[in-house]
This record gives sequence, C-alpha cells and structure tokens, in this order.
Amino acid sequence: MRTIAGLPMTTRAAPRLLAWAPAPAVIWTALFFILPLLAMALVSLTRRERGQTVDLWTFANYGTFLTQGGGVFLEALRNSIEVTLIVTVLSVLVAYPIAYVLAYRVPARWQRVLLVLLVLPFWTSYVIRSYSWLLVLSEKGIISLALQGLGLADGPVGLGNTRGATVLGFVHFFAMLLTLTIYANLVQIRESYRRAAADLGASPLQVFLRITMPLSLPGVAVGAFLTFVLAIGDYVTPQILGGSRELLLPQAIMLQVGRTADFPLASAMSMVLMAVVTLAYLLFARHLRMDRV
Amino acid sequence: MRFRGGTVASALVLIAAAIFIFLPVVLLVQFSFQDGLVPVPPFKGFSLRWYEKALENRRLTEALWNSALVALLSSLLATILGFLAAYGLARRRTRWNRLAELTLMAPITVSYLIIGMGLLMTFTMAGIQKSLLAVGIGHVVINLPLAFAICYAQLGAHQVAYERAAEDLGAGPWQTLLLVTVPIMAPSLGAAFALSATLSWDEFVIAFLLSRFDVTLPVVIWSMLRSGLSPELNAVGTLVFAVSVAALLAAELLIFRRQRGG
Repeated sequence: MRTIAGLPMTTRAAPRLLAWAPAPAVIWTALFFILPLLAMALVSLTRRERGQTVDLWTFANYGTFLTQGGGVFLEALRNSIEVTLIVTVLSVLVAYPIAYVLAYRVPARWQRVLLVLLVLPFWTSYVIRSYSWLLVLSEKGIISLALQGLGLADGPVGLGNTRGATVLGFVHFFAMLLTLTIYANLVQIRESYRRAAADLGASPLQVFLRITMPLSLPGVAVGAFLTFVLAIGDYVTPQILGGSRELLLPQAIMLQVGRTADFPLASAMSMVLMAVVTLAYLLFARHLRMDRV
Repeated sequence: MRFRGGTVASALVLIAAAIFIFLPVVLLVQFSFQDGLVPVPPFKGFSLRWYEKALENRRLTEALWNSALVALLSSLLATILGFLAAYGLARRRTRWNRLAELTLMAPITVSYLIIGMGLLMTFTMAGIQKSLLAVGIGHVVINLPLAFAICYAQLGAHQVAYERAAEDLGAGPWQTLLLVTVPIMAPSLGAAFALSATLSWDEFVIAFLLSRFDVTLPVVIWSMLRSGLSPELNAVGTLVFAVSVAALLAAELLIFRRQRGG
C-alpha cells in the first residue's frame, strides 16, 4: 500500500459508513463459506445409515478412509499427491524458460502483448480445455493418426484415460499460470544487479545461477504453491483425461456425493484434502511473499 | 536486439511454447468448422453446420443464457461487496482489519469442490433447493476474494486528497463515495467485474453440485462429453472461448488505460 508522506490514509468524515462498509462481504463469507465448512467438519464426525444419523462424534468415517477396500481411498490420496507434485515440478520447468525469454530476450514493447497471447488459452473454459486435449490424445486424436500415418503403429493408439494424460492437461494449464507469476517476478529484478555481476567478471551462466535465479524464487514459490493447491483439488481434468482407471482424491469424493450420497464420508475426505493443502501451506509459508508478485 | 546463439534459442523456446499452448485450442477451433462427423483430420471443408446445430439445441441455448445471467449478477454482487469491504478496510485502520482481510481472502485457499459440497450440504439442511440462485451464491463466494484483492490493491493514498477535497466542499460520505471514489476506481471495478464474470462463466464443479433443472453451460457441456468427440462440442467450445477472450480483452484495455492514466 502506497502512502504519501504527511497524508494519513484515513479520511475525516464518514466513520459510520466506513465502519459498516466491510460488513456485507464479511457476513457473506461467514454465512456461505465458513459456516458450510464448519457444518462439513461436524458432519464428518457423524455416521448415517438409511438417512438416519446413527452416530454422533465418531471417527468412523476417517477409519473408513484409511481402511476401506484395502486402502483404495488412501491410494487415491497417494495418487493425488504424486500427480500434483509431478505436475508442479514439470510446470515450473516448462514455464521458467518461457518467462525468462519473455522478460529478458524480448523487446520491452512486445513483452506484454506476447504474454497476453501466450496465456490466452488460460482463459478458455476449464471443461473445454480438457476436452480439446482429447482431440490430441484419444484413439481418434491426431497423435494416434500421426503414428498410424508414419507406420509407427498398426491400429489406433489411445493415450486418454491415463495418468500421463491428466499430467499433460494439468501442465498445459499451470505452465501458463506459472509463466505469469515468474514473469512478474523476473521483470522486477533490477538490471543493475545483473550488470554489476557481469562487470565483475561473472559468466552469463554464473549471473543466472547466482543472481537471477535466487531472486526469482519468490515468483516460482507463489506459482508453485497455487499450482499445488488448485491441482490437488481439481475434479475436471482427472475425470476427463485420466478417466476412472486410477482415481484421484477429488474423484473419490465426487463418487461418494454422486453414487451413494454418503456425505459424512465425503466430508471426512474433504477434511483430509484440506489438511494436505494446509500442510503444504505451512511448508511453503516461509517462501510465500505474495507482495513480490 | 543482438543476434547471437541466444536469439535463436530464445526464438525456439517461444515457438515450442506457442505450439504446446495453442495445439489443442487450434484443433478445437479449426475442427469446429469441420464438414464431417468427427472433429479430427482430415479437414473435409469449411462448414458452419455445427454452429447451427449448437444454436438450435434448446438445452444449450438455455444454458448459455443461464450462464450469462449467473455470471453477470454474481460478478456484480461480488464486485460491489468486494469494493465496499476494500474501501472500509483501506480508509479505517482498526485492530480488526487483519482478521477481516484473512476472512475475506480465505475462500481462495479452498478447492471449489469443497466449497460447492459445503454449500450443497448447508442448503440441504436449510431446506434450500438446488437452483441457479444457489449457484450464483457459490460464485459470489469464490469471486469475492478476487474482487476485494483487486480493489484493495488500488485503494491507495492518492485518492484520499480528492476525497478530502470533496468533504471540504461539503459532500456527504455517500456523495464522496459515489461521486469521487467510485469514478476514480472505475478501471479496477471494471477489471474485478470482468475477471469475476470470466471465472463464473467457466465454473463447473459448483454449478454441477448446486443446480438441477436449470443448468449452466459448463454443466451441459459436461453431459455432452459422454458421447465422445463431436464437432458440435468444438463449436460450443469455440463460442465459449470467444466470450472469455472478449471479457479478458475488455479487462486488459481497462488495466492499460489505468496504467497510462497513472
């Protein structure tokens, strides 16, 4: 927040208006966000059978989560964490060179236009974006057609319904997000630092490793954290591209809601998902400085 | 620009990035004009028949209007609530500010799936039916943090001088707010509205969980996905993309104008 010396931020009049202005938004968030989460936490501690609440204050749902069907839910959690970590690392590796070239190799007047163009598909419908990857990956898709055309495959090659397809769909989306956060960080690094290092005899590689990269880590950290949080909670991409051969946690949660309407179990699983995200936040917190991005 | 090895490498990075990022989108758009039954090569000629078919599909067109309605109204409300909160918190420092900021930003850290499920359970307990209204309420929840953050970041000390001048000239608090602060903040308000509308327009999981008879566009598209690849889906996807890009360009122009205007 910028402040002009000598001018306090507060205006003199309208204390009543100012005091009440935040109220509607806070009440809305309390009513439609905090209350539902509390309800969910509570419901996760109940057991229902045939529409009747038969047990209150029980950890049975969490027990089910751990043991059900030889640990299918636990495996969904493990799959989710694995896929999300792979996606986060790959997205950073894809996005960093793009952001770097945009920030340092493209003339300043073209940077903004190119950035907007490159992340344009970021704004397409989430469902449609996953669908459009099916045009590439499915049995009738262009990769399959290309492989057959080149004589490298005898029949159609279906790459959909695999973990790889899920990862690809995710990396496509999050590489664009990370390009934005890393670029925003790179352009803030003063050029004098890099020039000073070069003047003192550092090679381009040394300038990158010792100046640019360390200073750009805040942008990477913020983007990677956002990627982790959004990817681990997403249902659409794994459902369309990964299919149900290998379940991720959000898919497992949706199955409880849709097929059996088992809200207590679904709530318990959501609590686990939120716990994982909170844990990730606590691990990341030291490196997250949103104001730098 | 210096012409060295670095330039070639840079160009290669950008070209590779563009291919990766645009490959699925280009396929989506190109084969929405396919004059054939499957949206994959070979391209059999240019035709608008799939757009025609999509626009004749009553479920699709109804969902299109539902989506537009939910997006516009929920974004309007999110922008108003977010701006009011930002205004109050930026101009009046109390010890509750930090708590209010945390509360308002909290929904950003929680998956849409969990927000939607929480609302579904709460509405069921309260006897509120699944409806577009329920979807809209959910969309305000997810967009409020963004609208708040955008406005909060732009409400600096530079408007205070104008607000004080208005007060010195006898304007009441509401007059100052509506006739001075809101016009100065118009670009941020526009950007917050456009971003919220884009996100609401595309949002799937909350709409899927909270709607029943009247559904939004992503929900209809989801149900069409079951029948596999179809040029009609490409056509719908292209239309949705076009609307999002138009909203984005509007927001971009507003931000550009703000930067130029200082």
